[in-house]
Amino acid sequence: MASSKKVRELQKRREEIQLGGGEKAIQKQVAMGKMTARERIIELLDNGSFNEYDLFVEHDARDFGMEQKKLHGDGVVTGTGTVGGKPVCIFAQDFTVAGGSLGSMHARKITKIMDHSLKMRMPLIGINDSGGARIQEGVNSLAGYGEIFFRNTLASGVIPQISVILGPCAGGAVYSPALTDFVFVVDNISKMFITGPEVIKTVLGEDISMEELGGARVHSEMTGNAHFFAESEAECFEQIKMLLSYIPWSNSAERVQKEVVEPRKEFNINRIVPADKRMPYDVRDVIRSVSDDSAFLEVQENWAANIVIGFGRINGKTVGYVANQPKVLAGVLDVDSSDKSARFIRYCDAFNIPIVTLVDLPGYLPGVDQEHAGVIRHGAKVLYAYSEATVPKITVILRKAYGGGYIAMNSRHLRADFVFAWPDAEVAVMGPEGAANIIFRKEIATAEDPDKVRKEKVDEYIEKFANPYVAAAKGFIDSVIEPKETRNVLKHALEVSGNKEIGMPKKKHGIPPF
Amino acid sequence: MNYSEERIRKFNGIDESKLHEFVVEFRKYKTELNRKFLEREGWEPIDVSKVRSFIPGTITKIYVEEMQHVEEGAPLMILEAMKMKNTVFAERAGTILKINAKEGERVPKSMVIFEFDLD
Repeated sequence: MASSKKVRELQKRREEIQLGGGEKAIQKQVAMGKMTARERIIELLDNGSFNEYDLFVEHDARDFGMEQKKLHGDGVVTGTGTVGGKPVCIFAQDFTVAGGSLGSMHARKITKIMDHSLKMRMPLIGINDSGGARIQEGVNSLAGYGEIFFRNTLASGVIPQISVILGPCAGGAVYSPALTDFVFVVDNISKMFITGPEVIKTVLGEDISMEELGGARVHSEMTGNAHFFAESEAECFEQIKMLLSYIPWSNSAERVQKEVVEPRKEFNINRIVPADKRMPYDVRDVIRSVSDDSAFLEVQENWAANIVIGFGRINGKTVGYVANQPKVLAGVLDVDSSDKSARFIRYCDAFNIPIVTLVDLPGYLPGVDQEHAGVIRHGAKVLYAYSEATVPKITVILRKAYGGGYIAMNSRHLRADFVFAWPDAEVAVMGPEGAANIIFRKEIATAEDPDKVRKEKVDEYIEKFANPYVAAAKGFIDSVIEPKETRNVLKHALEVSGNKEIGMPKKKHGIPPF
Repeated sequence: MNYSEERIRKFNGIDESKLHEFVVEFRKYKTELNRKFLEREGWEPIDVSKVRSFIPGTITKIYVEEMQHVEEGAPLMILEAMKMKNTVFAERAGTILKINAKEGERVPKSMVIFEFDLD
């Protein structure tokens, strides 16, 4: 039995270290609207489940007077705990200790818990709140970052990796979150950039605030670097718990079977999609009308909103949705929406989550800016991701499916397992107006009343080709269904796809158009 | 969990006041536009008679004067940026009609510095 003196010494050591950077630094942290590293962990994990490791780690810097300084826990808290009763690994950088700066021992604590999460096949949650590299430790600090990035990459697609940005995360440090699956940001607290406002001002003369350059809103709306946006840290933690309720614990874990709750009555699937192809609706209402309990957790809600991605459940099990959004930019595919959906498809495929694709798009976004931004290369990502995915892939064509957009949105030709279409669907090489203008160019140009002839020809085209039956006659569509049948059809399709197994050619890895 | 109740099961519908006309392949759609689309830069053809600053920086030297004729490849100015002294040369021969900056001046990106009457 330990002597009471030794136990008291342990308690004293613990208390001292757990105070992080001390009362003053904690007051500063709180004044910024931030919780401390330990508070954050405790808030996020199940009650009393946190076990901390490496509390007594000390830095090994010997230059610039660092040998005189003691940095409690070396500025990072690491450990394991549970969320929803299931195990997770977690680290939280402690801004109150030397600004959460990353030195070699700080990095080693992080890589140790990362190795643990990969070995034990459980999610890794990283809470970032750090001024960046610890300059006094020089290249040892850079080595630390490199070791973290390498492990992020090794673990990618094996265990879920979640990054929470609750403070500054600048320079090289941002690359760890960028390599992880989901990035959470909080308004006014999160800041991410490679070069900060000061450098930009000195070198380029451009004056921009930290918030405008790399605040939470910028990364949620403009860059797509963030996947979830919250108003407060508390809301952010709710979002993380919600996400964890949907995703499998590793790439070898089964999807969890939850209780099946029918969709809510207010989501009447017959009343969402207007028959007029030019009129918009919110495709998320369609998703909710087929999902259990009408629940849908949207990912990257505010970025490239012309495509919707996220998680729901059908028959109690998680599915990933990819859906064109007619409400924003008429649901066109463009650089950002291609990027967004392709990455999500690969996430679902890596973690064995079936993909349900809802199609209603007019085509690609026209514009010099799009072409010069490389819409060819980005658009190709969607084709690549769908073709490569071996999870069950089910498509429902709600309305328009024209040209390249039709092919890209998980068509039969990219090996969709099931393709369904609603009676209003138009599957054609292009929209009726465009097609009639090309096919009947001569007739229209030489007619006495070109507008009248054009309209006749457009109507003729609509009559003949703007329907689901031409594609169904070729077997490209398996079944034309009534909207109200959709949920049951999806349920059945998912059920019969449960043991899907397909072979792919042996290769080290493909070369996706990154 | 208020997050789940509030955000996960909301019926969205359409706010007609936010809709704009948007043309794809000859058809006009009604839809909302997003910030990135509204803020995109329009395309303008390059006007070779104007020499612009290719980077924000300081003009430390101007080699030419207004109404001077220069040959293709003649040095026009030094534009110092990111600690580099970049010499800018004339891409075509012509007469310089106007110079819009002085030595020592800080200039933003894409500012027209020299206006040419090309040969």
